[in-house]
Amino acid sequence: MSELDNLLASREMILVAGSGGVGKTTIAAAMGIAAAQRQKGKILVLTVDPAKRLATALGLDEVGNSPVRIEPAIFKAAGVTVRGELWVAMLDTKAGWDELIRQHAPDAEVREAVLANPLYQNITSRFVHSHDYLAMEQLHDLHATGDFDLVIVDTPPSRNALSILDAPSRMIDFFGSRLLRWLTVPYRSRLFTVASKPFYQIADRVLGSRFLQDIADFFVLFQAMEKGFVKRARAVEALLGDAQTAFVVVTTLETAPSHEAKFLAQALLNRGMTLGAMVVNRVLPARLAGNDAIASANALLAAGPELVDAVAEQLDDVSPKTVAAVLAQLAERFDDVALVASRETERRGELATFATTMLDAPWLTGDIHDIAGLGELAEHLRVDSVNG
Amino acid sequence: MTSLLDLDLLWVTGKGGVGKTSIAAAIAEVAARSGRSTLVCEMDAKGALASALGVDELDFTPVEVAPNLHAMSMSTEDALREYLRLFVRIPFIGRIGPLAKTFDFVADAAPGVKEILSVGKLCFEVREKNYDLIVVDAESTGHIVSQIGAPKVIADLVQVGLVREQTQWMLDILNDVNRTGVAVVTTPEEMPVTESSELLRRLTSETGAHPAVVIANRVLPVLFDRREQAVVDQLDAALPTLIDAVGPGASVVLEAARFTDARRRTGAQHLGRMRSELDAADPPLNIPIITVPELFARNGGRRVVSLIADGLADELDIEISSGQRANGE
Repeated sequence: MSELDNLLASREMILVAGSGGVGKTTIAAAMGIAAAQRQKGKILVLTVDPAKRLATALGLDEVGNSPVRIEPAIFKAAGVTVRGELWVAMLDTKAGWDELIRQHAPDAEVREAVLANPLYQNITSRFVHSHDYLAMEQLHDLHATGDFDLVIVDTPPSRNALSILDAPSRMIDFFGSRLLRWLTVPYRSRLFTVASKPFYQIADRVLGSRFLQDIADFFVLFQAMEKGFVKRARAVEALLGDAQTAFVVVTTLETAPSHEAKFLAQALLNRGMTLGAMVVNRVLPARLAGNDAIASANALLAAGPELVDAVAEQLDDVSPKTVAAVLAQLAERFDDVALVASRETERRGELATFATTMLDAPWLTGDIHDIAGLGELAEHLRVDSVNG
Repeated sequence: MTSLLDLDLLWVTGKGGVGKTSIAAAIAEVAARSGRSTLVCEMDAKGALASALGVDELDFTPVEVAPNLHAMSMSTEDALREYLRLFVRIPFIGRIGPLAKTFDFVADAAPGVKEILSVGKLCFEVREKNYDLIVVDAESTGHIVSQIGAPKVIADLVQVGLVREQTQWMLDILNDVNRTGVAVVTTPEEMPVTESSELLRRLTSETGAHPAVVIANRVLPVLFDRREQAVVDQLDAALPTLIDAVGPGASVVLEAARFTDARRRTGAQHLGRMRSELDAADPPLNIPIITVPELFARNGGRRVVSLIADGLADELDIEISSGQRANGE
């Protein structure tokens, strides 16, 4: 059994994290297929905003928050044999918030007041990294139903991948914060609180009292939901640290993503969370930086007209001059590719010190946009690589 | 259309990892080397701009890092201090400390307040005509709309107060196509192109600001012309001869070139798609897509920024003084 299959078989939840643009969504989908190939039962891939063609390939055209199953016929047509059921759902953050308010509002009055508040949409999209929190919430929901044997989550792209780990505790902090208390103290008593008086005067002048009052009104409503929110955030937090949960960090070997991957791996370690595997995406073939190739490129640079003539003779309808230009270009440009490949090999080595399991996905010409392509990617991930 | 460097304020955005900061630094360098007094400002305080410019760190007070080139890093708290000092006329800066902290709490929750402080600072510099051009190393494509759009949000949400009154002159600057522009940096890859294209098509309706240019970064070179390509295509037939002459690595050398070329072609397709999406937009977005070549450099930093600046100056057809080495050594 490959390391990938081991990982997928031993967990109930996999969170796929990493910086934007590294192919998280594709890797998460490929892992879903890999799991469905080897396991019976129900597997869910929870994804965010996938590239349109990938969405179409997965049958994700009009999917909202509720999971839909990828029809067996689609796998059959792609030549991919599955034992389990693969389900997919897309994270819709706005609908997600509305649903949360419905769940946590103590009564219909609060619920309707919040949903109708003009600041609601604006604030929910901005505070406490709500996208990250919503992803965690949905995860908790799906886990709680027990409907799925394995849930693979493609986490939202966040500038700092850490924010997703801290989202639940930030939500708890927010409800306990001075800000919320201050905002929700009735207007008049706030005015007479000595400590806040100078602040209030300035804030009033700068922001206008009406705006502050609007914000306060909204948070008074919001506070009515504190109990539900805090309880849930704690449950989500516990789930992240659970033994059945593992993280998969996806990265490419470019500077910024690998830097972020190291940072994230270290952060997981510090928080006592499990790094199940590091997936290195778009890896160049190692032979590109091999000594053989470098030696040949150098020899080609030094080669004389005899080689040019010998090559030209074997090709149809070409002038030795063009052949000479091509051979020179091949040799000169090889350095560029070799440089990139050797730099990437170095970076991969650094990343490997953080994870016991490294899974490589090769650089492929073009993006993946069908089930067959995802199946191929899953096969690549199954090939156990040698560390170091 | 106004030339890029004749704007007063240029926002540089892009999906994370596409080289936004290096490009912002390079544009600022081109402007400075063309004789314009230039300020470049990092908005996220991550320190990437400082390393691109080859300085230790930047803070809220601009420093001249090269002739005509000033650099700063945005800080909401400092912007608030300055704002209170200039507009509310609070004399004792020391007393603002705890206030600023409390304010920070409110600003964290209230939509647009933090953003408007930093956007306000930039617009203030424009209004005071302290520089010929201000280049902003702005938020990434995912967050740029809330950043540039903050004055619009505030104008919609806040009915009275000082901030409300001040959004109008900011909007006058931000919405003027001759004064403010947005440069979107992308790499020739699917996701960055898709995100950039979507952003460009909704930017003006959501923020009022106008797209100025797309900068395609890390574009791979064309290795072979048509006649040479014909040779490359049939070179497998002569591979044994090549291997005899230069060793077994010859096949990998050939593979590397084909690989780079395949990558280049895929990239060109993505950029072509972007062009047609921009042309098909309503109204059509006639902004140029200019390219910066892949530099195959081992490290980033000042040297690379100067190389990008040289290339950008060519693309923009702007005459600039020779690079910083000529100035500095």
